[in-house]
Amino acid sequence: MNTITETRWLGQDIREIWFENSRIAGSFKPGQFLVIRHGETGERIPLTIVEVSDGRIRIIIQQVGYTTSRLCRLKKGESLGNVIGPLGHHSDIVKYGSCVCVAGGIGAAPLKPIAAELRKQGNRLTVIEGVRSSKYLILDKELEKIADRFILMSDDGSVGEKGLVTLPLKKMMEEGNRPDYVYAVGPPVMMKAVSVLTRQYGVPLTVSLNPIMVDATGMCGSCRVEVAGETKFACVDGPEFDGNKVNYDLLMNRLKVYADDEKHAGCDIGGDNAG
Amino acid sequence: MPTTRNTQDATSEEIMPVEPKKTPMREQPPAERTKNFDEVPCGYSEEEAVKEAKRCLQCKKPLCVEGCPVEIDIPAFIKHIAEGDFRSAIRKMKEKNLLPAICGRVCPQEDQCEIKCVLSKKHDPVAIGRLERFIADWEARQEEKSAAEKAAPTGKKVAVIGAGPGGLTAAGDLIKMGHKVTLFEALHKPGGVLVYGIPEFRLPKSVVEREVDFLVASGVKLELDYIVGKTSTIDQLLEEYDAVFISTGAGLPWFLNIPGENLNGVYSANEYLTRSNLMKAYLFPQYDTPIIRGKNVAVVGGGNVAMDCARTALRLGAEEAHIVYRRSKKELPARIEEVHHAEEEGVVFDLLTLPVGYIGDDNGWVKELECIKMELGEPDSSGRRRPVPIEGSNFRMKTDTVVCAIGQSPNPLIPQATPDINTGKSGNIEVDPATGKTSKKGCFAGGDIVRGGATVILAMGDARKAARSIDEYLRTGKW
Ligand SMILES: Cc1cc2nc3c(=O)[nH]c(=O)nc-3n(C[C@H](O)[C@H](O)[C@H](O)COP(=O)(O)OP(=O)(O)OC[C@H]3O[C@@H](n4cnc5c(N)ncnc54)[C@H](O)[C@@H]3O)c2cc1C
Ligand code: FES
Repeated sequence: MNTITETRWLGQDIREIWFENSRIAGSFKPGQFLVIRHGETGERIPLTIVEVSDGRIRIIIQQVGYTTSRLCRLKKGESLGNVIGPLGHHSDIVKYGSCVCVAGGIGAAPLKPIAAELRKQGNRLTVIEGVRSSKYLILDKELEKIADRFILMSDDGSVGEKGLVTLPLKKMMEEGNRPDYVYAVGPPVMMKAVSVLTRQYGVPLTVSLNPIMVDATGMCGSCRVEVAGETKFACVDGPEFDGNKVNYDLLMNRLKVYADDEKHAGCDIGGDNAG
Repeated sequence: MPTTRNTQDATSEEIMPVEPKKTPMREQPPAERTKNFDEVPCGYSEEEAVKEAKRCLQCKKPLCVEGCPVEIDIPAFIKHIAEGDFRSAIRKMKEKNLLPAICGRVCPQEDQCEIKCVLSKKHDPVAIGRLERFIADWEARQEEKSAAEKAAPTGKKVAVIGAGPGGLTAAGDLIKMGHKVTLFEALHKPGGVLVYGIPEFRLPKSVVEREVDFLVASGVKLELDYIVGKTSTIDQLLEEYDAVFISTGAGLPWFLNIPGENLNGVYSANEYLTRSNLMKAYLFPQYDTPIIRGKNVAVVGGGNVAMDCARTALRLGAEEAHIVYRRSKKELPARIEEVHHAEEEGVVFDLLTLPVGYIGDDNGWVKELECIKMELGEPDSSGRRRPVPIEGSNFRMKTDTVVCAIGQSPNPLIPQATPDINTGKSGNIEVDPATGKTSKKGCFAGGDIVRGGATVILAMGDARKAARSIDEYLRTGKW
């Protein structure tokens, strides 16, 4: 179990891994994640399930610290180690009408299954993907295929249009193309910026949060987030929450707890569009 | 005047004085042990054990047994030790308790068996817990283990969910009864609280591993990284298994619900201990999981969990570790030995003190704990005097790490995923106390998921009872 069947670099420091685990693949629904612990001394880190197929699972890892670097170096035939899942609530996707999916950096990975499901439910779908620069671009072809309309933005203009993901979203809202629903996954600053707009225009927003986790079974509270003034455990109450009510500043602060201990926590915290 | 040894045996002429004090157990000295995570008490030597065993009066109507939730035949196993027949002693023990190495270390003997010991009226009671530990550790050193006798295979399959003391006991009993047993565990290591919560210096993980290895050798199949309710549901398990025993523990940590609780530097006891014990953060960076090594650590709560956290903090390099507890010393729910060890190691006890808020610095880290002083008022429903705040007594303590160890409630994962299992107000699974039966056919439960945070031995007692009724259900088919 958990043997790697395929690996590939998708962008700079971004690795795609397919591995075997029929028991998790069999129970997976879009929006859920898993926890990996690699080796006896390894830490437990959460990663989104991007796709499952034939008892195999696709994950996408960005190398940001010690653990993610180790995972990115693994080769076909090797084992990922301990894999636990599928975790968290799955997305509750219905037909809303017109939807916008906003992906920032590695957030494109968790967003892909959600976008696919939105489309499947008959929504009209705009996908806005933002990256730091072309080197970090992932899944754009796949997202473009899913979406009715695909908009690509980059911080440095090296690909797509230059600017933040909120630019086209704002334009849509201002031009009267107010979507019925927005999904956003990416760095907390990006999700926060999206929420400013959705709140302003009264559009419902769902975000997927990725705070530091340990057990991911609701046992430790490491993953505490604040939604509508209430403390929630992202691993069991989430990972998706009402994006118009999340306390993003707290989330960003809590992601920094172990910043000094090398970037061991496996979470990306920087970047505007991206990560 | 020393008590005389009266065996309560009418024919016995023998009258001997009894040593008033328990045979002391060697321990690592406090100044040394706070620098390592090694076990604190060293255990009895054979001579010490025999000497202590000889203090037992061998009462005809042993009250100690009444105090034991699993009814170990205490005088009998102690008699074997006194006679130097350790093999018979461990056999006698294992008739009732499969995990003596663990219970000997963590049971609250002073509230159970030892409090009932006749000697304790005038002297120290017999050190039953230490003898229990001795005999288990003795066996571990022998080549030949007392393998459990197995009944003929029944062809029935049982799924046991959660590999804490409850699950381990149920699995051990059920396999002996001839059933096929699979033990499902959410974490990557079996043991439940014994591996993620209780620290190495109190319960070495090798002791737990030993017990798990024994179960696996007896034929129990272990499925780790398997979260029932997520990886599969109980209903799916019931398609393959004839019965299910749920012992998923009280994994949901409580917070104080006061302002500032989500500041950086504020931990639940579960997170603090899980990082340190299960993930071995105390060995960071050799192990990859980090932990905040606070200099000034405040632990809120007064139970075993709180003591474990404060003592862990010292070992992680804290200059000061405080226990902040709202009642007085008398009400501390921790085992006496834990309080004693904590005091010896220099843990500061801020009693009759209740936190009311956390104060953060500009970077979102906790820097102070605001508390209010308490006084004891009228007795409450628990019979203990209720602590009441003294108005205007607020003050602030400097701290850089706070660990909240005020309790936990049952793990909600399975109840949420299995609506036809009835739960009570606090999310605990409701069972018939005599049989462990839940409202769902074929499903039994026990331990902390039923009781809320309780004890190792009560979880084991529940599991034992449930195993018996599971056996009956599987043999008769009657629900
Ligand atoms: C720090 C600490 C110190 C303690 N000290 C003492 C002490 O000194 N003496 C004493 O008697 N008691 C002590 N206790 C209490 C004691 O540990 C518990 O009462 C006891 O462990 C309960 O046993 P259990 O089998 O019911 O549950 P647990 O030990 O909690 O085990 C439950 C297991 O189930 C697993 N699980 C949960 N959900 C699922 C799922 N959905 N699928 C699969 N697996 C799942 C969990 O990962 C866990 O391994 C202490 C507790 C703590 C936290
Ligand atoms: S990660 Fe431990 S409770 Fe969520």
